[in-house]
Amino acid sequence: MLWLAVHFPSLALDVFARGTRAPGPLAIASSTGHNATVFACNRLAHGRGVRPGMPLAAACALASDLKVLARDAAQEHAAAVRVAAWAIRFTPTVSIAPPDGILLEVAGSLRLFGGLARLRALIERGLAEFGYGTVLACAPTPLAAQLFARAGLAVRIQHRDALRHALEKLPLEVLGQPPGITAALRDIGVGTIGECLRLPRDGVARRLGQSLIDRLDRALGDLPDPRPGFAPPAQFAATLPLPAPVHEAQALLFAARRLLAELCGFLAATGNGVQRLGLALAHEDRAGTHLALNFVAASRDPEHLASVVRERLARTDLPCPVTAITLASELLVPVAAHNLSFLPDAGSHLESAARLVERLRARLGDAAVAGLATVPDYRPEYAWQVCEPGRNSGEALPRQPDSRPLWLLASPRPLREDADVPCYQGPLTLLAGPERIESGWWDGNDVARDYFIARNPDEALLWIYRERSTGGGWYLHGFFG
Amino acid sequence: MVSALDLVLQNPALWRGNECARVAVPGVPTGFAELDAVLPGGGWPAGALTEIYAERPGMGELRLTMPAAAHLTRAERWVALVTPPHVPYAPALAAQGVKLARLLLVQAKTTDEGLWACEQALRTRGCGAVLAWLGHVHERGLKRLQLAAESGGAAALLFRSARVIPPSPAALRLHLGRSGNRTAVRILKRRSGSLPEPVMLDLHGAITERGKIKNKLTADGRQCMPLVEEIGNGK
Repeated sequence: MLWLAVHFPSLALDVFARGTRAPGPLAIASSTGHNATVFACNRLAHGRGVRPGMPLAAACALASDLKVLARDAAQEHAAAVRVAAWAIRFTPTVSIAPPDGILLEVAGSLRLFGGLARLRALIERGLAEFGYGTVLACAPTPLAAQLFARAGLAVRIQHRDALRHALEKLPLEVLGQPPGITAALRDIGVGTIGECLRLPRDGVARRLGQSLIDRLDRALGDLPDPRPGFAPPAQFAATLPLPAPVHEAQALLFAARRLLAELCGFLAATGNGVQRLGLALAHEDRAGTHLALNFVAASRDPEHLASVVRERLARTDLPCPVTAITLASELLVPVAAHNLSFLPDAGSHLESAARLVERLRARLGDAAVAGLATVPDYRPEYAWQVCEPGRNSGEALPRQPDSRPLWLLASPRPLREDADVPCYQGPLTLLAGPERIESGWWDGNDVARDYFIARNPDEALLWIYRERSTGGGWYLHGFFG
Repeated sequence: MVSALDLVLQNPALWRGNECARVAVPGVPTGFAELDAVLPGGGWPAGALTEIYAERPGMGELRLTMPAAAHLTRAERWVALVTPPHVPYAPALAAQGVKLARLLLVQAKTTDEGLWACEQALRTRGCGAVLAWLGHVHERGLKRLQLAAESGGAAALLFRSARVIPPSPAALRLHLGRSGNRTAVRILKRRSGSLPEPVMLDLHGAITERGKIKNKLTADGRQCMPLVEEIGNGK
């Protein structure tokens, strides 16, 4: 067994700060109450003298432009859950280690990912993309890995023999025991785990409780330490609060990319692709904006999703500044992983065309991109319809080529008549026809027309008809373009 | 007897000024042998911009591209129509052999959006040709289209109707005019060689040959009888 502990030392800060590229001085308050203290602060605030633990009032006095946000434990837990869902790609055994860490059992994954160093680099790079600061520590027991990570030591201990020696140097505080116990040990001159281990076991158990002994035994691997397995949630939903309201849609893309990276991790772990994506933008004092993104083909490619979101955001006018964005997978579809093919084939054409359709729709609107289909109807205007691109299975009436014009007017245009000869940029010469079309009595849109192919003095070929029912008259219906 | 000159002329490294250059990328056959013969690459240049100037709409400019569109769509390549001026009539396209399931119709509100849509389509793998009607496009826009076509390998066909023909980076420029029953395709610019004589194509021949008016049309046009085959079709 080899456990990799991922500890988020600045999670309380990161859940807010990761939404923007350049946050100002930012501090997280421990509570919203009267005597709140600073729980965490970013580097800019630290530079102004703000320190964790100082009263909020003092911090605000030091940095006048300090942005203070209340700690959001629910957000922190949700962040850990999303990271755990993403981490399932590395190993099936993932466990959430409250309050601010996750554990991965990676002994079986080392060969696949090319060794521990590469695996760690992969995980660190992925989490940096999400915007979280991390410390990764490896140890043969889950608790020891957690303790090292919490102490800020990115150790790599693979064997039990080396574990005890390394653990002995850790300060007692990382054990997370109640303050009374730690203080009592300090009073008798015990400051590290090693010194604590050298005390008589039964005496420590009697005076300080069995739990301390048990915890030490678990860290050393002398007691079993089962961890609850993590199962990814069925759907993905993530909210990213923005430290400062954002005015233009383009600037939201940075925050959206963070969430998309997490979404794609979740999708890869669960073997799904997203077919419909909801992007909700929260505003300060009015109802939020909800954007629905439909995909022709379910996808989990972060670059593709980001390009669709980018076009959609560019098209969106924000009524007022955005305070938080939420990304939710509204419809998931199982998507098989790809085999890479040596030659491009029809299947990959189909997929890239689907992506083209999505990109175009994201910017131009859903109705702007369509496919064409034929409908078996004799009336020209009912013989075609728009359809989903690539989904056309319409049948057509058998017809000789060239009997129909390539261009049809959206609605027939009445033609001027000059001495009973229809005119369009000059008098028309009838070349072929008539072709009588009389159909559609069953749906009320019946037509009774005689169609002709005509030529005007400019040598353009036109498709015109003469109305047979209501008072006659010539109409232009198409061009032989 | 083979003369020494013929031997020299057969050398593939030799290029004669009055013939089409052999281009590395074969074009998309237009479906008209007379036209293919004068186009470098033997068809619509793939991975390059082609401009088609029609004297007036209705010159057969769309008909001219139909065999290539049919060829591409049957080979499972996509063909995109960007902001066509009228409804491309699906039954007529199908009758020309175009596989409608590989056709993409894009409507853009502005020239800029249309240009963007063309670029996106041209850069997409699996796209064979983009047929675009964009109105006025400045030279920088044309250059963008040319670059996009180069990167994707698709044929970009831009239909324009300018009376004055401005300079452009397009690889091929055609002008369509009517002369009698036929369409005269004049090459304004091609990648190599001197400009050939206009090619006369009978794009609408089948239309006018078939179903010639057999009954004399009377003054009010009502007495004329429909052709027998059309009654069979029409009901």
